[in-house]
Amino acid sequence: MIELVDVALLLLLSVTALAIVRQQNLFAAVMMAGIYSVLSAGLFVVMDAVDVAFTEAAVGAGISTVLMLGTLALVGHSEHKPKHRPILPLLVVVLTGGVLVYGTLDMPPFGDPANPIHHHVAPHYLEESEHEIGVPNVVTSVLASYRGYDTMGETTVIFAAAVGVLLLLARGPGPRRVLVNGLWTTVAREEEPPELEADEAPATEDDEPKEDDDG
Amino acid sequence: MDDRVILRVGAKILIPFILLFALYVQFHGDFGPGGGFQAGVIFAAGFILYALVYGLGTAKRALPPTAVYVCAAAGVLIYAGVGYLTMALGGEFLAYNVLRHDPEHGQELGILLVELGVLVTVFGSMVAIFYAFAGRRKVQT
Amino acid sequence: MIGLGLFNYWVVIFLMMVGFYTLIARGNLVKKIIGLNIFQTSVFILYITMGKIAGGTAPIFVQGEQEVVYSNPIPHVLILTAIVVGVATSALGLSLVVRINEAFGTIEEDEIEDTAL
Repeated sequence: MIELVDVALLLLLSVTALAIVRQQNLFAAVMMAGIYSVLSAGLFVVMDAVDVAFTEAAVGAGISTVLMLGTLALVGHSEHKPKHRPILPLLVVVLTGGVLVYGTLDMPPFGDPANPIHHHVAPHYLEESEHEIGVPNVVTSVLASYRGYDTMGETTVIFAAAVGVLLLLARGPGPRRVLVNGLWTTVAREEEPPELEADEAPATEDDEPKEDDDG
Repeated sequence: MDDRVILRVGAKILIPFILLFALYVQFHGDFGPGGGFQAGVIFAAGFILYALVYGLGTAKRALPPTAVYVCAAAGVLIYAGVGYLTMALGGEFLAYNVLRHDPEHGQELGILLVELGVLVTVFGSMVAIFYAFAGRRKVQT
Repeated sequence: MIGLGLFNYWVVIFLMMVGFYTLIARGNLVKKIIGLNIFQTSVFILYITMGKIAGGTAPIFVQGEQEVVYSNPIPHVLILTAIVVGVATSALGLSLVVRINEAFGTIEEDEIEDTAL
């Protein structure tokens, strides 16, 4: 029974991914990327990864979609048609896929408890977590205690990303520079609009109307 | 009647529950799926929804950008601070066993503090990134 | 579950290749970032698929039960970190796209190359 759910979700994911490649309206592509994230969250639940499903649904279908829609409001909605036939990328992709499939021929079958991955550190965590840490959720105990150093690095990475985005975007756009005869020269912009009033938000006309994370 | 009245009333009803749900996920991360990252993202989503419905200026008055930047940095400080605290109490960096009289209670307290740090940083970073994107003026090219 | 053999892995490799193709063959910068996200998510699916045990359950201890098989928690921990790092990368990439648009007036790769000569 669960194999049917698994196969159905994988097929839906493939269809969505193919639709994203062919879609020229970027707004629709971003929405379908949100669908892709939610479908993969469903697949994670089927694979017993409930923490990961939670995070993927919240981050992939929530924050990532909002940021991409905010970008689309600033840069424009549509993609130009590709000019030349993509023979070389197709070749590279098919070759890489072939090599990867050849690599997986060595892997043990899916779901077998005798796989080598389940025999080194994982039994130690599963057995000792109850006495050493006393927290029922093993993923939390591994994340925060056994591998707490990695989580500190991850928190720093998120902070660094926020700093990077602030460095790039927090000031308004600077003076406009165009390429004239091979040299970058400063050109006056039109009059800048005044500071944001209380209910003006430049990115609201495109963003999703409601984010429902507790449904 | 303003055509956004459904949106405003709906958001007004939902946002407190979103924030409460985020805190629920944070504190029940020990007993079920959840933890700092999910809770931080959901908490930020509540504020982002407020900004989307009521406007960025109103949201910036409710939650000033300075407070958001302080939150983003404070979470990393809390996390590293717990590590230094355990070193000061005699253990190694991030060895929660020395935090209380009993190793198991020490681990629980350590995990609680550390997840709190993660919540604060993820919340601050997500809202800061959203403010940066939404506050950027569109340039006529 | 064991009857599925390697089918899961091959579908995931197909998804990875679709994302990779979007990344290298499309000229629009936002489309490239969407392709990068597809690629990243399919890598996550690959990892999580490796950690599943047939007949297992989520790695949260059930009170009082003794003979429960739990799926491997280590890939879950690694992928949790990877998801958040992925959104950080996307946010930085998108802010670079916004700046590129302001500097060059376009986000199509061939037009940017023609301008920047």
